[in-house]
Amino acid sequence: MIWGGTAVLGAASLGVLALHRGETVSALWLVIAALCTYAIAYRFYAKYLASNVACVDPARPTPATLRHDGLDYVPTNRFVLFGHHFAAIAGAGPLVGPVLAAQMGFLPGTLWILAGVVLAGAVQDFLILAFSVRRNGRSLGDMIRTEMGPFAGTVASVGVLAIMMILLAVLALIVVKALAASPWGTFTIVATIPIAIGMGVFLRFVRPRGVLEASVAGVVLLLVSIWAGGQVAASPAWAAVFTLSAPTLALLLMVYGFAASVLPVWLLLAPRDYLSTFLKIGTIAALAVGIVFTLPALHMPAVTRFIDGTGPVFAGSLFPFLFITIACGSVSGFHALVASGTTPKMLGSEADLRLIGYGAMLAESGVAIMALIAASVLQPGAYFAMNAPASLVGGDVAHVAATVSGWGFVVTPEALTQLAHQVGEATILGRAGGAPTLAVGMASIFSNVLGGGRLMAFWYHFAILFEALFILTTIDAGTRVARFMVQDFAGMLVPGLARTSSLFANLLATAVAVAGWGYFLYQGVMDPLGGINTLWPLFGIANQMLAAIALTLCTVILFKLKRQRVAWVALLPTGWLAVCTLTAGAEKIFSPLPTIGFLAHAARYADAAAAGTVLAPARTAAQMHQIVLNDRVDVSLTALFMAVVVTMLVSGLRAAVAARANPRITAREASHDMPLLRQNA
Amino acid sequence: MICRCFGRTLDLGAIGAGVRLILGVPDYEAYLAHLSLVHPEQLPLDRDAFIIARQQARYAAGGLRCC
Repeated sequence: MIWGGTAVLGAASLGVLALHRGETVSALWLVIAALCTYAIAYRFYAKYLASNVACVDPARPTPATLRHDGLDYVPTNRFVLFGHHFAAIAGAGPLVGPVLAAQMGFLPGTLWILAGVVLAGAVQDFLILAFSVRRNGRSLGDMIRTEMGPFAGTVASVGVLAIMMILLAVLALIVVKALAASPWGTFTIVATIPIAIGMGVFLRFVRPRGVLEASVAGVVLLLVSIWAGGQVAASPAWAAVFTLSAPTLALLLMVYGFAASVLPVWLLLAPRDYLSTFLKIGTIAALAVGIVFTLPALHMPAVTRFIDGTGPVFAGSLFPFLFITIACGSVSGFHALVASGTTPKMLGSEADLRLIGYGAMLAESGVAIMALIAASVLQPGAYFAMNAPASLVGGDVAHVAATVSGWGFVVTPEALTQLAHQVGEATILGRAGGAPTLAVGMASIFSNVLGGGRLMAFWYHFAILFEALFILTTIDAGTRVARFMVQDFAGMLVPGLARTSSLFANLLATAVAVAGWGYFLYQGVMDPLGGINTLWPLFGIANQMLAAIALTLCTVILFKLKRQRVAWVALLPTGWLAVCTLTAGAEKIFSPLPTIGFLAHAARYADAAAAGTVLAPARTAAQMHQIVLNDRVDVSLTALFMAVVVTMLVSGLRAAVAARANPRITAREASHDMPLLRQNA
Repeated sequence: MICRCFGRTLDLGAIGAGVRLILGVPDYEAYLAHLSLVHPEQLPLDRDAFIIARQQARYAAGGLRCC
């Protein structure tokens, strides 16, 4: 009865969103539609997954109870573990993707976020967590090796390393876009380094147990630094010091990433991780409260004309590009790495699998919905002015306002100047990448609750700080992870390079890792279309590719468990993701439109170079050749992603067919009778 | 530390431990309890040494977080 009511309410809210054709519609409907969808999915579909697919047995001991060592394997309260897992999966991804996708209107993004999370994202997180728990908390790579063979395992690790490079580059690019020519933002981000180092020294030498006190003090200092950033921006002498160009910021980030990932972890990485986790959970909770209390009106239309693929924020039509633009929040392959990391070692009972595996992903999806709301709260004219590249709309407010108004999203130059002034910036134009748009949206939501217009600039920089902080944490940690992967691969050629204790091998592998993402970052910074336009689709393809791999593994395991009758729960999203990533990949390579296809873009620049002309943004013939080379690198990378997906699908198919032919259960679970079954770990 | 508010009993120590666990700092009490139960002969690390050692172990492998 209650559930019937929930279903009707959810469907009615979606109906309002879909059919409403007025000026604005209240965010209330979006919130209700999302909550009803989550409730029904959790109550029915997740329960089905738990009882019929994963065959959860609350009496069965988990790795945490079997291998309890007081260190890594510790049974943990389910709500605490939910928080831990959520903090590990939620990052900048669910905030950025929906903001970019808002160019097609709020409806397509909403539908994909809701359908994707229920049928794909949460299914992946839940199944990978469940299978890892049944395998003593093994990692995704280990499970692929044991269930699908060493070749599939190696192919998957190549894929993971490539996705790390693109992920780090695109995240760094978001920070660069937000901080370029913004002394206020740059100062507050620079200030996080001494604050974190201060916390690190305190926690190492003065009071290691004082994590909570140190984090609270750190957050207070961050707030002070936001205020100080305002003073810096207001002083011409200091503002000049912190006004940096995008290429300079990109180089500084590379130096920073290198330093942060070779320094001792207690000095910078760990304390900043505490700070960003605190700020992340606090801000997301505050945003939820802000949205529910103010129920802002959505100014973005439900659907815009840009579903035809001509949008300025990213090029490409609704299918397949919407489905790769919003990865995190719907389905994110990266979660498969987290769900087979520390979480399965801390699960106290299999009965908690549904809450942690499925529930935490629903919560992340909720974050994506909030990001979509924040972006849709803006006037569409302002949204497009912020997110469209200067090469399309012009570089000054008059041109931008004219072009964007010409698209049907009326905005005046004065309104754009006024908005920039309100948030304490010289300009808000050309700030693609999601963070600044989200920051303006969050600032207007927060300032409705607290402070009014006066605090708008503070909230804007708070939101920038909040995103940049955990992006930088991901950059340190990700560079470190990538370094270990590089060392693993290098060790196959020169055994000495795999030793993680060797300083030389360490520095070399870190340099390789930083050069890998640094190359794509620099390419993105120099891109006439703003970089996000090129890199975000590559990142989306990579992330969805990883999800397709993880779901292929789930399908194979279900076949090996002789549960092929229910394998459709994994097969369905695998198929959809394979279709999306392969179509998007093929379009990125072969599309005849230079805005989408890398080959067409390369041909355009190569032809111009041959004819002796120079096309913007290149200023010299050498830069023309650089652009052509960049396009070819992007082609190779996209082709690599597609090859990885196809290889994994074929290996998965072969493993599933073999398992089907075999009358016995062939999956390698740690068994009841031999819980500590020695496995070649 | 136990606090009574709104007619409920709240164990602040346990709440603090939960928040620390969410941040990724493991619970020292659980470690002590485990050690005294399973390896009573071993001398446990003191609280600070335990926290420093766990932090090193956790982030040495990168401390993976999602995008």
